[in-house]
Amino acid sequence: MGADFLQIDRLTKYFGQHLVLDRVSLSVARHEVVCLIGASGSGKSTLLRCINGLIEPDWGQIRLDGVPITDRSFGKTGLQRRVGIVFQSYNLFPHMSVLDNITLAPRKVMRMTREEAEAKALQTLALFGMDRFAGSYPEQLSGGQQQRVAVVRALAGDPDVLLLDEVTAALDPELVGEVMDVIRDLKVQGLTMVIVTHEMAFARDLADRVCFLDAGRIAEEGPPDALFRRPEHPRTRQFLERLLEGGRL
Amino acid sequence: MIPNHPDGPPPPPRRRGFDWRVALVPGLISAVSIILVFGLLGWLVATNPNWPRIQAQFFNLDHMLAAAPRVGIGFLINMQVWLIAAVAIGSWALLLAVVRSLRGPWFAPFRVMVVLYIDIFRGLPVLLLVILFGFGIPALRIPGLPNSGLFWGGVAMVLSYSAYVCEIYRSGIDAVHEGQWAAANALGLSDWQVMVHAILPQAIRNVLPSLMNIVVALQKDVALLSVIGVRDAVREAQIYTATTFNYSSLVVAALLFLLATIPMARLADWITRRDRTRRLQVAA
Repeated sequence: MGADFLQIDRLTKYFGQHLVLDRVSLSVARHEVVCLIGASGSGKSTLLRCINGLIEPDWGQIRLDGVPITDRSFGKTGLQRRVGIVFQSYNLFPHMSVLDNITLAPRKVMRMTREEAEAKALQTLALFGMDRFAGSYPEQLSGGQQQRVAVVRALAGDPDVLLLDEVTAALDPELVGEVMDVIRDLKVQGLTMVIVTHEMAFARDLADRVCFLDAGRIAEEGPPDALFRRPEHPRTRQFLERLLEGGRL
Repeated sequence: MIPNHPDGPPPPPRRRGFDWRVALVPGLISAVSIILVFGLLGWLVATNPNWPRIQAQFFNLDHMLAAAPRVGIGFLINMQVWLIAAVAIGSWALLLAVVRSLRGPWFAPFRVMVVLYIDIFRGLPVLLLVILFGFGIPALRIPGLPNSGLFWGGVAMVLSYSAYVCEIYRSGIDAVHEGQWAAANALGLSDWQVMVHAILPQAIRNVLPSLMNIVVALQKDVALLSVIGVRDAVREAQIYTATTFNYSSLVVAALLFLLATIPMARLADWITRRDRTRRLQVAA
């Protein structure tokens, strides 16, 4: 298992004069699950959005399987096909049924026929116990159900890497569990994932490695046990203590 | 007093029977006051010493009946122009709004063109454009170009109205949440596909009530074409007036316009209301 399937090299991003990512380097192996933790504004989401090309970094490079993601060989949409992302607020299309939400990209980007795309979508929906909602509209679903649909939509292109951006943050505590189960299943299936989360139990339970981001830099990284029990960096300690006080650990 | 039920919650409250007094009294008061106010106004008008002259000038039934067929045929032109222009404005303005909202750097010159277009056509009176196009372009006698004032007047209306409608569409596009763009881009859709499949359906739904208002306004503004000699309802009524010196024909045209615009306005209200309940349901 080479630790270089997804390779991020000294990634730097400014928003105006504000340094959001400061020479972030990170390597993710195939089948590895990496959790990014850190305070709001530490650059976690920006890092994710750089990985699937939604944001263009100012400096540094991201390689997927050795190929820079800006390379022409990815074509115009190849990157998004290989790197899926799920957002905190699901961002399902409200005017489309669940099935249309999921099959939009396969039909329009991958040029599958409608029958083909729908058959595949129904199969994946069934895996997550959502097939009976195929004809529903997003507003008719609970937050947890919407988030599961969003995961299925991101998986529709059979991505190599799935990015999850605080996918449980907008959910009621009761609903967090059902989304976490889905992600646990994905880990078992061997999907490579980079997960931004505020749910420390989630990170401890699922991650092969946890990275603590502080002010745009990876301040500390390691296996979850070590990082949560014996944080070395003072900022990590401070962050975890605050969470303890807040009862979130 | 809170009823004491040992098992389970107390029953739902009994429905009150139909109460004639509660239902009837406010209705009766409204009816009586309406009759009083309008009756008073009608009496004031009818007892005015000038009323017979006003009636003969504007509401002469003989003249109205005599003018009705020609004004009616003119009104059919109004309706035709209205329908064709509404469709043309709807599509042309949509194209302008999409071009203005596309974000790629290659679209920059087209974005600038749309901005200029809107500045120019929104800043000019429709009447001026109608005269300029309707008289000016046929006068050029360029071979191959249509020569009818009706056509070019209609083009002027479409160009002018599109500037407004483009801005309405654009406000609808801007109101679509940023996350929808991000989600659509993250799926690998092209700029054009993002617009067509993800953004526009939501944007158009957002602005449907405003669009309906424009359609109502357009319905009566079509009468502007009468100034360049198009024989629409207003023009026909004027022709009748010119020979008889009686204005009842214009009242016929006015009634026809009301007959068309009032149902449209109600339809617009209904769409607005339905749209609001839909939004409230989503929010709840």
